[in-house]
Amino acid sequence: MAADVAGARRTPWVLLSPSLATISLLLIVPMLFIVVYSFWLRTATGADQVGFYLDNWIEVLGDRFYRDILFQTLLIAFYTTVICAFVGYIPAYFVANTRMKSKAFLLLLLMLPFWISYIIRTMSWINILGTSGALNTLLISIGIIDDPIQMLYNQQTVVLGLVHYLLPFMILNVYVSLDGIDKNLTEAAQSLGCTGFQAFREVTLPLSMPGLAAGSLLCFVLAAGTYITPIVLGGPRDAMFANLVFEAIVTQLNWPLGSALSLVLLALLGALVVIYTRYLGIDQIAKSFK
Amino acid sequence: MDDTKRYERLLNRYRDRDINRRTFLTALGAAGVVAGVTGGPMGMLARKAMAATPEQVRFDGWGGVVSEAFEKYAFAPYTKKTGIEVVSGTFGGADEYIARVKASQPGEFNLAHLSGVFDYARYHGLELTSELNEDNIPNLKNVIPTLVEPLRKITGGTISAVPYDYGTTGIAYNRKYISDDEAKAKGAKLMVDEAYKGKIGGWGEWKTRIWYGAMQSDQDPNNIQDIEAVWDMVRAHRDLALKYWSSGAELMSLLAEEEIYVTEGWSGRIKALQDQGHDIGYLDPAGGLGWQECLFVLRGSPMAACEELLNFMLEPEVAIAVAEGQSYPPALDPQKIELGEVIPTLPAFDPSGTLSSLSFFDPAYWNENEADWSKTFSRVQRGY
Repeated sequence: MAADVAGARRTPWVLLSPSLATISLLLIVPMLFIVVYSFWLRTATGADQVGFYLDNWIEVLGDRFYRDILFQTLLIAFYTTVICAFVGYIPAYFVANTRMKSKAFLLLLLMLPFWISYIIRTMSWINILGTSGALNTLLISIGIIDDPIQMLYNQQTVVLGLVHYLLPFMILNVYVSLDGIDKNLTEAAQSLGCTGFQAFREVTLPLSMPGLAAGSLLCFVLAAGTYITPIVLGGPRDAMFANLVFEAIVTQLNWPLGSALSLVLLALLGALVVIYTRYLGIDQIAKSFK
Repeated sequence: MDDTKRYERLLNRYRDRDINRRTFLTALGAAGVVAGVTGGPMGMLARKAMAATPEQVRFDGWGGVVSEAFEKYAFAPYTKKTGIEVVSGTFGGADEYIARVKASQPGEFNLAHLSGVFDYARYHGLELTSELNEDNIPNLKNVIPTLVEPLRKITGGTISAVPYDYGTTGIAYNRKYISDDEAKAKGAKLMVDEAYKGKIGGWGEWKTRIWYGAMQSDQDPNNIQDIEAVWDMVRAHRDLALKYWSSGAELMSLLAEEEIYVTEGWSGRIKALQDQGHDIGYLDPAGGLGWQECLFVLRGSPMAACEELLNFMLEPEVAIAVAEGQSYPPALDPQKIELGEVIPTLPAFDPSGTLSSLSFFDPAYWNENEADWSKTFSRVQRGY
């Protein structure tokens, strides 16, 4: 009897063991390497000095430069998320409530950007907003401006590139949430005297908040961790925290400092995910990928 | 008994039918898993495989027309003669490649087309250099001695690479907006001229920014006395610049699309723009920044095979074809080798073969300051 109980207890672990082993090898072990690396030092030749040194952590946590760039990164991620939320809600609402037969086709269109490389999508803005790009050419040809306007290579274009990249994530999350709302609820609200807008404000919007929150979390985390967009669309000053990680590891060959920097970003974004999970549950995000 | 012997014994037992196919594959798979998880044994096996006469050597370069020229003129005849296959890879930048090599096992990467002296010193600092047997590379005698000597100085008399081509990082400007006379008169200071605010570019690489900052503050870039004055110039340039470019393609696009009117640029890339019909001027200011690229053999590589390949790549026919492909003069001495009609027309070409008009990064000086200056540049770039 006792052996049966012990066997029954072991079974889930046995079944889970391939997944646990994979996660351990591919996620936890590399992460531990990064933690260990962050306590090493870079020597003058670029080689690593093995040991237990707190220098990198003291530098990362004590230097205003890193705090400022981190703040700037969070700010850019925040702007991006807010814009994605406002711009993304409308198409999500349309797709969820459309009576068109081609709803599946609309969903396919939402997925279409993922088929094109993120870098190519980002670089496409150079051809649109550049001095001799499509927009300037159009404005000049219809006589609105005489000389091209400088639109590229600033923080606004970085945010624009991020919105372009992340908008589908927001739309999909909000769509999943809206699609799950019982249509009878809004009809009931309207039959009790609500206007269409009131029904939306009092019923649809609150019920779609989990999707909006899940989309916002995804957009924020992905935006805060990006480094390609500022390189392609940013000016000399425009950088995000991930650019510092890239520079430390690739340009300066300072893997220990890069490890400490990446752990700071990971901890911060991880904390956000934990807070979200605590109050809203992570399963909302998973729904949009089903 | 080493891993190779174990494998050979296992294979013999299978061939002799001592063990069946299933047992053989199971044993092999188990060994692979163990080696893969532990890392070390597999790495040792890889080193042994590379140390013997190899079936292939790996070459990494910049890709594009250069790789095509290497493939056609060097790799194919080399494989035909030796039976050794050249596996060709590419990288996007010197920093990216050194990071990949640093994370690899010795012998995993063999030859690479790298930026010259400064990076050579970095690889030496990381103990990644090898020792070439120059007797196996007879074509080395045709290379400009001025390019070989700095390499010898770093590695104590021996060399781990052969110089392959050279070029300059000069000032490129759009002649529609900036005349040749103005460019010549202002020199490096053209790039901190307020008149061109928002139309100035620059390579976002710390060494080049500091080099030009030194020139703009009238200092010798290889002996900077007032680094604060240099940082002030880097800041001034940053505030006037529209964009720091990070690749040759981006440099060409910014100039061709007239997003910027002036930037420093690589001589070969500017020549390519001129050949496309763009009216772009190019100026090497006094004390202009020269550089060389070399073919580097990494520690742990099969040396004899690599030396033979280097000799193939230094054949005048190959070196000239590659040079014409990338618009950078070859490292072959024009006093010894007839370089044809195109090479003398390339920017930065020195018919004397002395390169006396160019200045190069002093590797000892710049490596000594690398950690400090690269980190400071990262801050200055972001507004500090």
